[in-house]
Amino acid sequence: MSTPTELSESAAPGSRAGSNKPVRPAKPGRVKRLSGRDKVVLGIMVGIPTLVQLAFVWIPTLLSILLSFTRWNGLALSDIRAAGLANYNYVFNDSPAFWPAVQHNILWLLFLAVIATPLGLLLAVLLDQQIRGSKIYQSIFFVPVMLSLALVGIIWQLFYQKDNGLLNFLLGTAGTPQAVDWFGDSNINIWAALVAATWRHAGYVMILYLAGLKGVDATLKEAASLDGANATQTFFRIVFPAMAPINIVIVVITIIESLRAFDVVWVINKGTNGLELISALVITYLIGEGQSIGIGSAFAVILLVISLVPITIYLSRTFRKEKF
Amino acid sequence: MSSNEDRPAHGILRPGFDRRTLLKTLGVGAVGAAGIPLLAACTGGAAPGASASASTSLTFGSGSSDDVPKAAYKAVTDAFTAKSKIKVTTNVVPHNDFQNKIATYLQGSPDDAFTWFAGYRMQYYAGKGLLAPVDDVWEKVGANYSDAMKKASTGPDGKMYFVPNYNYPWGFFYRKSVWADKGYEVPTTFDALKTLCAKMKSDGLIPIEFTDKDGWPAMGTFDYINMRLNGYQFHMDLTAHKESWDQKKVSDVFDTWKALLPYQNPGALGMTWQDGAINMGKKKSGMFLLGSFVTQQYTDKTILDDIDFFPFPEIAMEGQDAVEAPIDGLLLSKKGGNNQGARDFLAFMGTPEGQDAYAKVDPSNIATAKGADTSAFSPLTKKCAETIANAKSISQFFDRDALPAMATNVMIPALQGFIKDGSIDVKNLESQAKALYAAQ
Repeated sequence: MSTPTELSESAAPGSRAGSNKPVRPAKPGRVKRLSGRDKVVLGIMVGIPTLVQLAFVWIPTLLSILLSFTRWNGLALSDIRAAGLANYNYVFNDSPAFWPAVQHNILWLLFLAVIATPLGLLLAVLLDQQIRGSKIYQSIFFVPVMLSLALVGIIWQLFYQKDNGLLNFLLGTAGTPQAVDWFGDSNINIWAALVAATWRHAGYVMILYLAGLKGVDATLKEAASLDGANATQTFFRIVFPAMAPINIVIVVITIIESLRAFDVVWVINKGTNGLELISALVITYLIGEGQSIGIGSAFAVILLVISLVPITIYLSRTFRKEKF
Repeated sequence: MSSNEDRPAHGILRPGFDRRTLLKTLGVGAVGAAGIPLLAACTGGAAPGASASASTSLTFGSGSSDDVPKAAYKAVTDAFTAKSKIKVTTNVVPHNDFQNKIATYLQGSPDDAFTWFAGYRMQYYAGKGLLAPVDDVWEKVGANYSDAMKKASTGPDGKMYFVPNYNYPWGFFYRKSVWADKGYEVPTTFDALKTLCAKMKSDGLIPIEFTDKDGWPAMGTFDYINMRLNGYQFHMDLTAHKESWDQKKVSDVFDTWKALLPYQNPGALGMTWQDGAINMGKKKSGMFLLGSFVTQQYTDKTILDDIDFFPFPEIAMEGQDAVEAPIDGLLLSKKGGNNQGARDFLAFMGTPEGQDAYAKVDPSNIATAKGADTSAFSPLTKKCAETIANAKSISQFFDRDALPAMATNVMIPALQGFIKDGSIDVKNLESQAKALYAAQ
């Protein structure tokens, strides 16, 4: 602790330039009371982040909720008219895309949880062994996470294109009537999109788990092997539980990723024809010339409510733990 | 605080200094973080540029960001400046951004003149009072335009708002050599079209090239069947939602279309129009219902010269009178309305001289003013121009005639669903339309 005693003894005069307050020797063990300036400083330190948070998170959220009960064309503020629940009625009853979108988001979550996340874990475990070129593999698997939307689109276009794409070429069906229509067939394109999403998600999970594995105390593994545990047992009984904090982060990330899944389907066909997702619907109705802000806000509020469920569970778990 | 381990070796802790430095950094960081989005928000509209009321200069916002149209508009502004000594400052914005941000743009600090489209997409903003009427300009250049052009340039209040630059027709494009080989003849009735399709199919061709991954190309087929079946006025009333979607006339359109579905490319939902153009270039398909921009895809001159065009066959009414020919041109923002220089610029765009300057650089479109130079037209362009000139009414394409939200958010998924399995729910279309048009 930086006690004032230490200060008064050893501080060089020049190092405290700007402080004109005489150094008060405080009694050891007592908490120093905050000076007026400290209060101002603290106020600013707390105030600025709070203001930023208010301006960019809470006020927009509240406005979205309010706007979801109005009709507005996005032009003059005087054009805002109350609409009651009409926008929600539209979302639930009229919009043919909403229920498919919910199903696709759930499918997305399941796919990421069952396939993509375990795949990331597997990659992490493999790369954590001292194999040669581990760093290179790590970079390769992590690259998709950093690529821009446009690039992702082009890459998967090259794979999935019906007549000239790599996949159909490998299947030997390119240019024939049997060629699989990876983007156009509404029964298939969601899986094509999920594979592309996995490609990004696995790299993300891999990096987090690699960090987690490095953090696991090596003596734990040693002790386990001394007790005669084999590699599988060591991993599932010792290492995996020891990574509990990372596991929770991964669960939250997987849920968040599946809720905000957007980029891949947007690149393919803007979220229509079998690729409906709630986040794509929000964008469709909020951005651009086709905007109808009330309906878009209603979609956004529904997405918010869905997101609140896992966030609440996560937060309540974290805070409960800290009590003990 | 374990940070004690990090303190300097000589044992001096300087909390005052550390705290202040930290604060400074934090403060600057927070201001910076707060500033960035604000600045970003400012860029929503293009820079206002030179003062608006002076008539010796004007600002011109252009969404024509592709190389050729960009150079073409530059030729127009240069010609205008050379003629009138009025300086034009052009702000080019990528066309998707330009279209998506038009509402914020017009409410912010728009340029005096800007590029836009005819149809509902123009009338809507005119109705909201965001545009300046240009009746005085039309008094000067009105004689250069056909009645159909004039109709398309009129706002909801009957005043003139739009000055057309060029347009391009939608219709069936095909390779002459394929048709000559097989002895196909241009169909003028819907039955003849169906017979031709059946024949092409038995010859191993995809009769009608069709692509709809992007969603909008199918609107062309819908518009044409609708106009040939129910007439031009019905198309206008339906897109303006003065007519209900939930009626027999609309379901008839889809029923008629169903007869063509087996002849359209079954892979449509995975293809862009460029893919379709390649297919037709390779002689895999018989014809392609698209705008004349399809020819941009053929860089090989022999293929380009082999492309021909015929208008959509007649079905039930008005023969082949109506042509779908989206018009691009210029508008004046409300602010620009006070600038005589900007009005002069729009008038210049409405003269053969101004349009020739444009067409010289971008010949893929058709100038709209009478008297524009047609000597450089290819036979295909000439044919397209004649079709438009002879049209009794010109529609602007569904996504320009209808509310954009209706076109993008409702029609695209609905048409894709129809293409997939031939099912359409007109009741649902109507309830969606009601909600969306009510919000405007």
